[in-house]
Amino acid sequence: MSLSKIKFDKKIVLSFWIILIALIVAAPTLLPVFRLNLLGRYLSLSIVALGVDLIWGYTGLLSLGQGIFFALGGYCAAMYLQITSSSEFPNNIPEFFALYGVEKLPFFWEPFRSPVFTFFAIWIIPALVAGLIGFLVFRNRIKGVYFSILTQASLLVFFNFFNGQQKLINGTNGLKTDVTQLFGQMVGSESMQRIFFWITAILVIAAWFFAKWVVKGRFGNILIGIRDDEPRVRFTGYNPVIFKTIIFSIAGGLAGISGALYTVQSGIVSPQFMTVPFSIEMVIWVAVGGRGTLLGAILGAVFINYAKSLVSEALPASWMFIQGGLFILVVTALPEGVLGWIQGDGPRNLLQRLGLKRKIETYPSLEVKNKEGNNE
Amino acid sequence: MNNKDLLNLINITVSFEGFLALNKLNLNLKKGELRAVIGPNGAGKTTFLDVITGKVKPTKGEVIFKGKSLIGRKEHKIARLGVGRKFQSPRIFENLTVKENLEISVTTPKSPLNLINKNIKDEQLNEIERLMKIVNLAQKVNSKAGSLSHGQKQWLEIAMLVGQKPDLMLVDEPVAGLTDEETDLTADLLKSLSGENTVVVIDHDMEFIRRLDSNVSVLNQGTVLCEGTMETIQKDKKVIDVYLGRPED
Repeated sequence: MSLSKIKFDKKIVLSFWIILIALIVAAPTLLPVFRLNLLGRYLSLSIVALGVDLIWGYTGLLSLGQGIFFALGGYCAAMYLQITSSSEFPNNIPEFFALYGVEKLPFFWEPFRSPVFTFFAIWIIPALVAGLIGFLVFRNRIKGVYFSILTQASLLVFFNFFNGQQKLINGTNGLKTDVTQLFGQMVGSESMQRIFFWITAILVIAAWFFAKWVVKGRFGNILIGIRDDEPRVRFTGYNPVIFKTIIFSIAGGLAGISGALYTVQSGIVSPQFMTVPFSIEMVIWVAVGGRGTLLGAILGAVFINYAKSLVSEALPASWMFIQGGLFILVVTALPEGVLGWIQGDGPRNLLQRLGLKRKIETYPSLEVKNKEGNNE
Repeated sequence: MNNKDLLNLINITVSFEGFLALNKLNLNLKKGELRAVIGPNGAGKTTFLDVITGKVKPTKGEVIFKGKSLIGRKEHKIARLGVGRKFQSPRIFENLTVKENLEISVTTPKSPLNLINKNIKDEQLNEIERLMKIVNLAQKVNSKAGSLSHGQKQWLEIAMLVGQKPDLMLVDEPVAGLTDEETDLTADLLKSLSGENTVVVIDHDMEFIRRLDSNVSVLNQGTVLCEGTMETIQKDKKVIDVYLGRPED
């Protein structure tokens, strides 16, 4: 029984990879640039969803503040692009500074002149901020609902701070990236957007493998242990604070990468990335896709967002109802999410309920015996 | 207090908002000793384990383990010093397999870097094999721990406790819900562990305690009422009054 199942799984995995690679290769020629750009954006969102799955699906930490780290990554990327494209503006600093009478570049912008620094800052700064917030919270043994509320409160603090700092980072207007230059090309141009799509697709796969590596083996088992029974982990001699801080920091780093990719493909980063609903949406993608499945997080992020844009085009203003309904459906009917349901005995269960498959007997051996003979 | 003692509890008082869960409790354990702790409900048996493992900080008193004070240390540090605990209801990781559960317990050092970087050591794998044989779970290596029967869960948790290689094992009601046969096997297992390890067993089941054939401490109202072999205990008037005098079921 199990042998045939394994073979079956292998075939599925292989065909999945072939289709996936074919799609990524073909997408830029098949899709119009507008759709391609949307797909690239949603793929980049799946990286932040992977982080949410690591901390929530595996470790049981429901963070409602991932927008902080997402936006930080976006700002790092945007600051680099703005500063390297500001040579024709007054004082050689980004254009918006002139609006507020700023003549000297704020000190923290300086390092972002370096592409190398920016490359590391995009994921290390969000990871450090997440690690710091996480450590303080976890050390004080704040968990469950209190943790969620605290992360949401931090999100609001960051949102309000970024919103109010016109002279530092253009406040509520955010930083535009689509008219900036990268390697002599306009970031918003078609050819650049195509390259960003490729980069995003590759990074999603890399992030997926990275997340799989993190949760496989004993490290991942400790995360699951923390989710299911944290005191037990502690009494076995492990310090949950360190494990939680590490995984929260990893999720922060992933969010940063995600935010940077999203920014260059949507053309702007603004405090809107740190609004409360957006961070909650990230959780919904993972809940719908399937907690603790990794792949479910990716699929959830991409499909829900694609559905969102299609529905919004056809029936404006109806998306919120559909998203709410989807969430309620998942919570009540599919607590494991769609992928969790498929991987579990969901499909079989459904067939049984529809009367298409005979109920299994208490003992599999009896089932085999009765197969040829009388039904029941 | 002398050098042969592994653990000394000195005048431990635990007060929960005025209610004295433990009241000037004194208890000494020798290395290699097997000790049973009994007492009626609310006598402070579980609080007593909570104090040793660092879950509850005593209001007053001192806990000395291997010559070091345990007061103020974090739970995981105390566990690493060599105090292992089995909980009252089996607490295993139900979403992990039997093997993964045991891996968590035998792994050393218990640092994130070691866990993510390195594969489990061969001798630790051998130890897992050995433990699974002792508790008869060798056939269930890759089963989810949540699918085990109650007795198997109890045994898995005992195996996890042993796998931690603690100097002091605190075992809280290991035979609750077990069949008579399983109870006897558990008693033999715990007896075989003492000697090398120091074992404290807490239980209500008098037959089981008798079978352990060890020194018994009787707790009542947060303090040690009486200590001695099962026979002396059973003759003690105070003990009969508070505990044994009740009709047994």
